[in-house]
Amino acid sequence: MRFGEIIRTAMGNAFRSRLRTTLTVLAIFVGAFTLTLTNGVGTGITNYIDSQVSSFGASDVMMITQSSLAEGGAFGDSGSGPTEYDPDRTVMSGQIGGPQIEALGPADLEIIRGIDSIVSVEPMQMASPDYIQWNDGTRFEFTINPMPAGSSLNLVAGTIFADDGDAAELLLPVSYVEPMGFSSYEAAVGQTVTIGVSDFMGTQHQVDATVSGVQEDTLLAFGLITSRGLISSVAAAQTSGLPPAMAELYPLVTAQFAGNADPEVIKSDLAAAGYTGQTIADQMGAINTVINAIVAVLNSFAVIALIAAGFGIINTLYMSVQERTREIGLMKAMGMGRGGIFALFSTEAAFIGLLGSAIGSAAAILLGTIISNVVADGPLSELAGLRVLAFDPISVATVILTVMLLAFLSGTLPAASAARLDPIDALRYE
Amino acid sequence: MRNVTKSYGRGESRFDALRGVSLSLSEGETVAIVGKSGSGKSTLMHLMALLDTPDAGSVLAQGRNAQELSNPELNRLRNSTFGFVFQQFFMIPSATVLDNVILPLKIAGMGARERKERGLEVLKQVEMEDKAGNRATALSGGQKQRTVIARALANRPRVIFADEPTGNLDSATGAVVVDLLFDLNREHNITLVIVTHDEDLAQRCDRRIYLKDGLIVDEVDSRAQVAA
Repeated sequence: MRFGEIIRTAMGNAFRSRLRTTLTVLAIFVGAFTLTLTNGVGTGITNYIDSQVSSFGASDVMMITQSSLAEGGAFGDSGSGPTEYDPDRTVMSGQIGGPQIEALGPADLEIIRGIDSIVSVEPMQMASPDYIQWNDGTRFEFTINPMPAGSSLNLVAGTIFADDGDAAELLLPVSYVEPMGFSSYEAAVGQTVTIGVSDFMGTQHQVDATVSGVQEDTLLAFGLITSRGLISSVAAAQTSGLPPAMAELYPLVTAQFAGNADPEVIKSDLAAAGYTGQTIADQMGAINTVINAIVAVLNSFAVIALIAAGFGIINTLYMSVQERTREIGLMKAMGMGRGGIFALFSTEAAFIGLLGSAIGSAAAILLGTIISNVVADGPLSELAGLRVLAFDPISVATVILTVMLLAFLSGTLPAASAARLDPIDALRYE
Repeated sequence: MRNVTKSYGRGESRFDALRGVSLSLSEGETVAIVGKSGSGKSTLMHLMALLDTPDAGSVLAQGRNAQELSNPELNRLRNSTFGFVFQQFFMIPSATVLDNVILPLKIAGMGARERKERGLEVLKQVEMEDKAGNRATALSGGQKQRTVIARALANRPRVIFADEPTGNLDSATGAVVVDLLFDLNREHNITLVIVTHDEDLAQRCDRRIYLKDGLIVDEVDSRAQVAA
């Protein structure tokens, strides 16, 4: 029997006892539906995080801190008792109750610059402004973020500033526009806003900045994205009156490395020099791990459903083999080989699997798309660009193929028993 | 011309269905295997049709020992040279008459169009072409048996094995089916092996082999008698 003929006959046989096939397909449907849906959640959230990561910064950037900070050494390990005082260490304190930060000074910057593959090093300046205000309106608190390198920002008005000179410019998040008193997004573009900043003596300074554009709110990049010129002005105002040794201390520096360099090598070089380097991917890794674990748990429920469905297939096909014993005997008498009979029944199983998983996945995609549209417009409308459920063709195809494979494997048992049938016994079978 | 011959011998079977039987078939003859139930006639037919293997002795098909043939070779031989007509018809009830008839061609791997042409041709031979599209369950006993004969004819076999072909039919319908089988023998020189306990049917065959308790008790050749 030809291969195409086997497939066609198997498909025809699947529909011979329509009710039984439908019920088996339904069982597979439930499993495939759940699996596609949970994978959709995984894909949707991972996609969102990836897009947020790219709004955070490029993949060739590394955050570098003193190793002791990353290891919690500045705080002291609870197991090893209090940490001995080291007069050479420079400790910066964060907010009260927060971790103490061991700072990096100009000498550290030189060492980091000397490490292979590192192209440029930029200290993260401590800029903690007090408020932002426009036209003597209400003053709002905010945090400052530097321009993420190589990022894709979603602007609703204006343009992204060039960020190459000393110009003090910023992007205003959508949520700040109306409270600050602008009539529209477009009205905010080009306006000069005032930023208040206090120095260590408590004196408040004012710095002016131009709004170059209005940006969508994002989940991970809090605060306002500002030009380097503005950050420098704010930092200068903040450190005015401090001796240079105090002014040139940084909690962390960002280093750009050559695109073809292996981040792991740089990290080990940094570790040898006493620093800890983390790429953005490292930082997001933790979130991804949690999401992957949740998806894995949900998937395992779907797999349990599928295993149950697999037994359904075994049962269905065993009944078919019983019913068609004579027919199998006849076909064998007429020269159909064992392989042909086996292929006929296992193909029928795989076809039932395909039917269930294709319908299940299609239903999951349909429902998932509706849900994520509703959710994106409703409860989660704050998080622009979030699709709770996203379906990428590869993972959907993987689900369908996995289910087909499972169905095929379930089908091999009854198929083998059909192939073993002796034509004479089968023809005598009453 | 290929000379289809089968020698057969068998002994010391546990159930002693057949206790040492030898016979040979020559092309174009009609042979009746006659005996009561339990005499081993069906077992003999299964062995001749290569559906079963003997415990001892050997079956030769076209001069080759069947036991030396591989499974695929055996399947091909059965598919291309044998046709089967069973007492209980053994049709796929939900399929159409045509689909039932072309099943051996499907197994042989023949193309769809060729298959349909051949199927309609053999249905015409048994005067069933107007029923080609009907479901197999909707047929009368005689129509079913004629369909089964068409199925046996589909792949132009050299031998047709008929196991109690009239067993489930009334005598009038049975006579029509038997006439059909003997016509095929005459017109297409197809060897006919009929397993029966019906003496009238057996009388029409060239040779009659009487079986009892797994042994050949009598063998009558009507052609020899005519010649004598």
